[in-house]
Amino acid sequence: MRLINRIPSKPTGILLAALPFILVLLAYSIASEIRLAANPQDKLLPAISTIWDTATRLFTEQDRRSGDILLWLDTWASLWRLLLGVGISAFISLIFGMAIGLLPIARAGLSSFVAVLSMVPPLALLPILFIVFGLGEVSKVVLIVIGITPFMTRDLSQRVLDIPAEQLIKAQTIGASSGVIALRVALPQILPRLISNVRLSLGSAWLFLIAAEAVASDVGLGYRIFLVRRYLAMDVILTYVVWITLLAFMIDWALKTLSRKSFPWMEAGL
Amino acid sequence: MSFVTVRDIWQSYGDRSIIERVNLDVDEGEFVSIVGASGCGKSTFLRLLLAQERPTRGEIRIDGGAPAVEPNLERGVVFQRYSVFPHLTVRENLVAGIGFSTRSGYLFGNTRKQALKAADEMLSRIGLNHVADQYPASLSGGMQQRLAIGQAMAAKPRVLLLDEPFGALDPGTRLQMHEFLLELRDETNMTVFMVTHDLDEGFKLGDRVLVFDKPRWDPHDPGAYGATVTYDFDARDGGMPFQNLLEKYPTLAAN
Repeated sequence: MRLINRIPSKPTGILLAALPFILVLLAYSIASEIRLAANPQDKLLPAISTIWDTATRLFTEQDRRSGDILLWLDTWASLWRLLLGVGISAFISLIFGMAIGLLPIARAGLSSFVAVLSMVPPLALLPILFIVFGLGEVSKVVLIVIGITPFMTRDLSQRVLDIPAEQLIKAQTIGASSGVIALRVALPQILPRLISNVRLSLGSAWLFLIAAEAVASDVGLGYRIFLVRRYLAMDVILTYVVWITLLAFMIDWALKTLSRKSFPWMEAGL
Repeated sequence: MSFVTVRDIWQSYGDRSIIERVNLDVDEGEFVSIVGASGCGKSTFLRLLLAQERPTRGEIRIDGGAPAVEPNLERGVVFQRYSVFPHLTVRENLVAGIGFSTRSGYLFGNTRKQALKAADEMLSRIGLNHVADQYPASLSGGMQQRLAIGQAMAAKPRVLLLDEPFGALDPGTRLQMHEFLLELRDETNMTVFMVTHDLDEGFKLGDRVLVFDKPRWDPHDPGAYGATVTYDFDARDGGMPFQNLLEKYPTLAAN
């Protein structure tokens, strides 16, 4: 039987899915074992049990000075920035994407501008944002917005253009105005695309968020990682990395579920 | 005065002439089939009737009104595909046929109740009662086209335009659709233009069959001349228009 036709059975599939995770964990514990055997004080590859202890401490113990649990504080701060940044981007890109996709006048005026804008490297703008908006929350949110909006706008306008012309003509022949076509024909068909767009952009959004927090902040997941780097606290860093990964994964899963529940007419393609 | 008046239509894209010197008078309630080879301009002619494109020269009037500049409520259309809205259920698609012409695109209160009632009547007419709450993607091709025709009719157009409406259907379904369309015509007496590849279909359904072809042909520049109506058949009475002549004009009978 050809390799391309060999489909794993269900238990084999689960095993295969788990295998890379197990291998990485195994490789890590072996490497950590070797280093710790040579030098029990080694900080580079702490034992998994050490990381577990640190994680429990980080998630449950209060900071002695402020009385807050810092990890949760960081999490809420970062998630709030992320939500704000991605939400604003989604809103802007929806408006402009629809306008560019539906209105030839907007398309003529904006599409090349957006195309150029999406080529500007957002991280290079970070110093400007810090100068203009200060070191507070605004500059971090704006970095996320600047980073992902042009790309999302381009993609959404393309999705609007992908709506078959027949549908738009049909809507006109049953008397729909431009506004009705936008609200009742284009918008409902674009919303699932918006969600998948947000899912794709979340990776970049996290990148920009952590970069901005690393450079200037006083709370946040990215800030904490770069702070404890000075003490070579690998156990803390690794806990945070795993936590961020988990958060990103859960957000992605929630969006996927939302999309499937809200748009039953989309049979496939999500 | 005829119902649909086409006067001296020319259409060209750049140097390429597609249609030239088309003149046509169609009475209210006539079913006009348009046939011709691929690329002969019959679809272009339908787009002109639809006002999706405007002719380079000439004008098309419905009931003596001003030539349209964009598709509007006077013209209903059914394409080969993509004629219904995938995000609306079958019933909502029919309600949309009635409600999209309002300011907001939504109907409220009493008008909504009436629209739902009209939609349910249309549902039983097109035989889609049992799938009223399903989405178009779960319907067969024939059902989707029936829905598309029902939706177009729900908006009460003055002229119905069909662009190869049964082209993507299998032969059996196509025959069913012919029956459906003939019944619908008997009930409503709509003026219909239908573009088709299928000559038999054109003669079976149409009162008139128009053939588009190029009367002039330059072998060195095939795009120089456009197509026009080269034949205009009377397709009533099985395509034999004069067999009832004596009943119409008894004085012509030989004694």
